[in-house]
Amino acid sequence: MTWLNIVIEGALIGGFYALFACGLSLMFGVMKVINLAHGDFAVVAAYIAVFLVPHLHVPEVLSFLVVVPIFGVVGYVIQRTLIQRSIDKDPFTTLLVTFGLSVVIENLLLLSYSANGQVVNIGSVAYNSWHPGSIFYLSYVSLVVLGSSVAVLGALQLFLSKTGLGRQIRAVADDQEAAQLSGTNYRHIFGVAAAIAFATVALAGIAYGMMTQFSPTSGGINLLFAFEAVVIGGIGSLWGTLVGGILLGIAQQLGAHFNPQYQVLGGNILFLVVLALRPQGLFGKKSALA
Amino acid sequence: MSEALLEVSHLVVYHGQLCAVDDVSLRVEEGEIFAVIGANGAGKSTLLRSIAGLHVPKSGAVRFKGRDLAGLAPHRRVALGMSLVPEGRRLFSSMTLEENLQVGARGGRKGVFTLERIYELFDWMPARRRQTAWQFSGGEQQAIALGRALLTNPDLLMVDELSLGLAPIVIDRIYALVPEIVAHGVSVLIIEQDVARGVSVAGHVHCLLEGRTSLAGRPDELTSEQIEAAYFGASAVPMREALP
Amino acid sequence: MSSELISLETISVRRSTHSPVSSLVGVTVLVGVLTAAPWIFPQGFVSILVNFFVLLIMATMWNLLAGYAGMVSIGQQAFVGVGGYAVLYFALKGVSPFAAVPIAAVVGGVIAVPVTYLLFRLRGGYFAIATWVVADTALIIVGTISLLGGGTGHLVPGFTSLSPTQLDHYAYLETWAVALIVVAGTYLLLRSRMGLALAAIRDNEVAARSAGINVARTRRLIFVIAAAGCATAGAVLTLSQTYVQPTNEFSLQWAAEMLFVSMIGGLGTIEGPILGCIIFFALQQGLAGQGAWYLVILGSVAVIVALWQPRGIWGAVRDRYGVELLPVGHWVGSGAKLDN
Repeated sequence: MTWLNIVIEGALIGGFYALFACGLSLMFGVMKVINLAHGDFAVVAAYIAVFLVPHLHVPEVLSFLVVVPIFGVVGYVIQRTLIQRSIDKDPFTTLLVTFGLSVVIENLLLLSYSANGQVVNIGSVAYNSWHPGSIFYLSYVSLVVLGSSVAVLGALQLFLSKTGLGRQIRAVADDQEAAQLSGTNYRHIFGVAAAIAFATVALAGIAYGMMTQFSPTSGGINLLFAFEAVVIGGIGSLWGTLVGGILLGIAQQLGAHFNPQYQVLGGNILFLVVLALRPQGLFGKKSALA
Repeated sequence: MSEALLEVSHLVVYHGQLCAVDDVSLRVEEGEIFAVIGANGAGKSTLLRSIAGLHVPKSGAVRFKGRDLAGLAPHRRVALGMSLVPEGRRLFSSMTLEENLQVGARGGRKGVFTLERIYELFDWMPARRRQTAWQFSGGEQQAIALGRALLTNPDLLMVDELSLGLAPIVIDRIYALVPEIVAHGVSVLIIEQDVARGVSVAGHVHCLLEGRTSLAGRPDELTSEQIEAAYFGASAVPMREALP
Repeated sequence: MSSELISLETISVRRSTHSPVSSLVGVTVLVGVLTAAPWIFPQGFVSILVNFFVLLIMATMWNLLAGYAGMVSIGQQAFVGVGGYAVLYFALKGVSPFAAVPIAAVVGGVIAVPVTYLLFRLRGGYFAIATWVVADTALIIVGTISLLGGGTGHLVPGFTSLSPTQLDHYAYLETWAVALIVVAGTYLLLRSRMGLALAAIRDNEVAARSAGINVARTRRLIFVIAAAGCATAGAVLTLSQTYVQPTNEFSLQWAAEMLFVSMIGGLGTIEGPILGCIIFFALQQGLAGQGAWYLVILGSVAVIVALWQPRGIWGAVRDRYGVELLPVGHWVGSGAKLDN
């Protein structure tokens, strides 16, 4: 039964990793940008949920209703100003700029809120769980987060495949120039992709805060996991990211099973193995590689 | 003289340090089929791409329907009624035939060209509309790219290397469509490496040699010797004399 | 089109903008002063110099990787840690820590070789994060080795025979010597054929390949050199700190610092990291005791510089005044400089 527990725990956290990672994957697919500050924006969303949203008399558990749309707009603006500017220079500059942003954000959070762990207050639900057959221990929060992740990913996939705007996003991702020649304003599309990325990462950040403690440096470690999930599942595939996230979660649980210190290591090892044996990931296209 | 649909004046475009287009001027009138010919590297693609807005010229002007296009992004030029089918077709490889066409339809203007009209023009398309772009042959991809550009309902359709890499039969079929496209009110500017083909279909021919205009005029006013000389350069030995 | 043939005799290739003699004199004076530092300057300043050199070594190596070979890494701290722990390991075995420094460099280089086979499967941002995964993995693994002190760290043995003053002086001198070797070595490397190959790869990889340059092998070599260099940085750091701990040696902060310093100073130049380090330490002294603020400011400055002056501050100075202290480029005739 321990094995089943490991798999289930892994799957639960895996859904979250996928939600966290889909923005990263989208931004890379569409504008070939790796946003190294991706994780930190998630943490900012969590901090806003805990410290600023209550001023609006909105309960923390519903904070995402406020924060997610705001982050979408913020994402659009940041993309069309800061990030577009660095894209226009070269991919190098974008990496450096987003890394710089990451460090600045983390340290600003540290200065503002200290290194203490925070939690998004959702009341007693946080401690409740489901005990099917008295064997498994599935926390409500994790289940809801997993369900939401799958729902969001599904909605995103539908949006990309069925709507005109979604088609334009995919077109720009395939061939930016040809999309321009077909009348698509690629900078606007970049903005939309960033808006989606920021919105999903805000949701992921708040979800994280509901599941566990977070601190200014939480963004970094989650970026690592998001990235590992994307690579394991395959660069360029949304559902691949979900599978990658789940496999990562399971690998981490396996590591923790041997020694609590090995939790992260378990995931790192799976990542390195995939990199060695099948670098394009499980569902990825070979074109994304070197 | 009535205003030309497209007027390029003394255009100079650089590729890094290389001058790719050197003081080129041309006029495309409404309802015309205009062919740009020249050897590889003569600057034809760069010329079209600059007109479409993908390259910023060093100097010179491009006027479309009387309006100066300087500083206008490519997608804005599409909105004005100019569409370029780029070299190599450049379809969206992860998307289906229909999705490729739909992107064109969404990005451009409304007009006589609708998805249904394109499906009538290319009657083999409806049956395969859900197939992914990379599954089609070169000729079929060219047709899809053409359809995608037509769906933006341009007044000027530019095609870079219409026949490159295609079998003669396929080229014939595509060229058979050109008069029909013009009949819909679209002017056509094509780059064609096959000189005979370009000369036979166009009302106006413009030859580029190393970035400069070497010859311009109506095909019926030009001799094949003139065209040969303009294509290869005046110092080249005429083909007929070179061969035994 | 008329063509003019340029007479080959009228073309000359120069390696610097001014007489190298003036550079040589300046450098000799500087080297003399820095070598005599423990006896000229107060110990407080000498300590700052030690940290300055450590960061300079890291920044020069990072610059070699990113500015010249085009590989952005945020995981070099893996090798900093390897260097530090190599010194600990050999010190535990009875080797003098001072002698262990070059050994640490070799260890760093050797470990880097298999790592490249994994990392080189990725490019750009994915490569960058993967380097971080490697560093993170190293951090965790070392933290579980109890022989090396595990998570709490370990005191580095082998210093007991020295007085505190002697320790400070020797630590400083060795750090200074290593920094000099690393910077001078990098300078010579970039002026050599390797440097030309790197510039070619950076400008146009396909063209470089068709000119016969083995791109993958060149990149691998640079990565290994950079790893060895960062290992020496970690090694000399332990000489002054005399204590190693995973969270310190493998800290992501090293990555941030070497990156920011290089960006601000100027990527793709030798002088850039030097200038960047000077600015960094000036800032740190100015903001002494402000904790995380200096990283915020440093990071912000780095971002601003990257967006508005991508060639860094030294790049701006160089472009405006045509000054070149440690030239690695080539000038043809009197015309446009072939950028390096």
